Amino acid sequence: MLELGTDEFAKYPFLEGAGKILKDKGFPLSQFGNDPDLKPVVEKAVHRLKVSTKGGIYKSEIIDGQASKSFILEKEIFSFLLAIVLIKLTGMHTLKKRFALAEARRAENHLEKDLGKASDKSKVDLAIRIIYDLFNIEVVKENDFFKIPVSDYLKHSVDFHEREWKLINRHVEDGKVLLTPDKTVRLIRKELSTYIISKISNAPTPPMISGLEKIVSELTSIGRDLTPSYTVITGEHPPCIKHAIEILEKGENLPHSGRFMLATFLLAKGQSVQQIAPLFKNAPDYNERVTLYQLNHLAGTYGSGTQYSCPSCEKLKTQSLCFATSECDNIVNPLQFGRKKNDARS
Amino acid sequence: MMQEADTKFLESSFKKYYFNHFDQIKVPDRTNEREFGYQKFNSGMSRHISIKDDKELHLLLIQNIPSDIYCSNAYYSFPNLPMNEKDWREADLIFDIDAKDLNLPCRIDHTVSICNECNNISKNSLQCTKCNSSKLEKKSLPCKNCIDASKFEVKKLSEVLIDDLDIDKDNIHVYFSGNEGFHVYAYNSQFQHIGSRERSELVDYILLRGTIPETFGMKKFKQDRTSFPNLDERGWRGRFAKHIFGSKSKRSKIITELLANGYSSFQKTLDDASDDIGVKIDPNVTMDIHRIFRLPGSINSKSGLVKTHCKDLARFDPYTEASFLSDDSVEIIANCPIEFKLKNKKFGPYNNEKISVPTFAAVYMISKKFARIA
Ligand code: SF4
Ligand SMILES: [Zn+2]
Ligand SMILES: [Zn+2]
Repeated sequence: MLELGTDEFAKYPFLEGAGKILKDKGFPLSQFGNDPDLKPVVEKAVHRLKVSTKGGIYKSEIIDGQASKSFILEKEIFSFLLAIVLIKLTGMHTLKKRFALAEARRAENHLEKDLGKASDKSKVDLAIRIIYDLFNIEVVKENDFFKIPVSDYLKHSVDFHEREWKLINRHVEDGKVLLTPDKTVRLIRKELSTYIISKISNAPTPPMISGLEKIVSELTSIGRDLTPSYTVITGEHPPCIKHAIEILEKGENLPHSGRFMLATFLLAKGQSVQQIAPLFKNAPDYNERVTLYQLNHLAGTYGSGTQYSCPSCEKLKTQSLCFATSECDNIVNPLQFGRKKNDARS
Repeated sequence: MMQEADTKFLESSFKKYYFNHFDQIKVPDRTNEREFGYQKFNSGMSRHISIKDDKELHLLLIQNIPSDIYCSNAYYSFPNLPMNEKDWREADLIFDIDAKDLNLPCRIDHTVSICNECNNISKNSLQCTKCNSSKLEKKSLPCKNCIDASKFEVKKLSEVLIDDLDIDKDNIHVYFSGNEGFHVYAYNSQFQHIGSRERSELVDYILLRGTIPETFGMKKFKQDRTSFPNLDERGWRGRFAKHIFGSKSKRSKIITELLANGYSSFQKTLDDASDDIGVKIDPNVTMDIHRIFRLPGSINSKSGLVKTHCKDLARFDPYTEASFLSDDSVEIIANCPIEFKLKNKKFGPYNNEKISVPTFAAVYMISKKFARIA
């Protein structure tokens, strides 16, 4: 891992090693609940979280990566770590998502600035190494541009739907794509927030810290207000399928495993590729040709004629696609949903 | 469906080829990670087969005498399991260039429709001129122009692969498909592991499709002469500059015209350029990562010609180098309205005549449904 100083951790507090700084200080978490000296850190953490829930990016006290006093830097790092602790204590998924997104944007700004620092090679190298360590993309600087292997570029850009991100609209040479600093960073935006989300998800949930109960309950209610409540549609589809359709209808991103489930389910229910394809129109990465190809592939229209079957409930549980209700009643495959009564006879 | 005598004849001719030309037919590298499939005459496809080595392949050929045999460009952990359990690992890049997709003016001269109901042959592509049936099958005997035009596309493709995508020249293998075009394989590139969505982006790049005016120097506002490409630039900007400006001396004048015509007219220019200079590959083939492809060295039952490795593409002549069947003569009834040349001999046109021709020519016409065993 990278050897970093506090000023770098202040910019990128999600990197491995930031937690160690807190540990080295010797503050136990419980101290944040009652130590008046640590109150500014708590306030900053709450502020950071609240700004993120409104879709904003928190403005730090560091100016262009530099801060005059070391405690400002530490406050930056600690408030980030404490914000994660608070999210864990609320258990609110929406807070986690919004926070990660905002922090990713903030880091993105720093990365972009660091990449663009033609005069300071160490800053550029740091940014390049972060991109490599976190996302395994080998970026090489050449003059004012950053070169990225075409295959890596494609893996990341394929979810973007603006035409300027199509490979054909990029400068391609010798198997590399040439990008400006801002585009280089934009390319990893989604992965950056995914990375932060997974960091938060993997962090252990501590016991409630006494003195912070009120703050936690306030944050919980903010989180609850942000969580959309679904009206339950009564229909013949099981909850997992309804949920997937809702996500698509909202134009949000449904993971590939979710699309696979939905498509195989509907195909098995006798819907045609032409009927199913429009469902995916709202997806952020919609591409008609690819969608038709994939659906036809699942339907077994091509070559072998192998038709893919809808995954089992067990499998869907492991993929976090199951939203079982009492109506599911121990079925083993979503296709059995609602068929229980008939089955009782056989 | 073909009459039995025809099938028997094709089968025995193919068998002789597979028996006498084992050396031509080799398994591809990393054999045990590939999926094989084959088809027998007048029967369905068998897929999800795995093969160890040349010996096993030869055994399969002799035992089954397939009309067509295929192999995946993909590598799997378990190639013989059903598709969703195979565990896809990677796939060679593959491209299909087919003369019938090139909009060539010569096509009409050597394409006819065969009626599935009454076997009548005509130039009418919508309806049988004898029985009015609309169940027609198009058949074409590609001419030299078709082959040359396909070769030109292969050359363009190689340029993009080598210059833009950094694929090693030695890792690009070109095969005559056995019928009307070429298959181009690129091995060991950085693209082995990308999926079909990423491959679809590569396809658009190669086709020069999905371009925006800004990429080639035209802006909506604040127009700027200096952002137009130069003729010596690399990649598509350079190719587009050569295409649109022709020469350095004309560049300035043409830019003035382009600017005067405006942004949306420039988009039209770009879309036209895609038809003119884009490489005409079949998009569906390249983005499909589960497909199986005709095995190099095997016979294409659409023609009786062999899928042949072209070591020297410029000189390659499919009508002498891809025809491997015997010279033994056979009696057929030929109804072949198009003249063709094979192994340096001219044949046809024939109008429902009983003739005696060498096996290789008989197979060619029977495969194309222009003849049957007498
Ligand atoms: S139990 Fe099965 S049918 Fe019900 S939501 Fe979960 S996956 Fe879907
Ligand atoms: Zn007819
Ligand atoms: Zn022709």
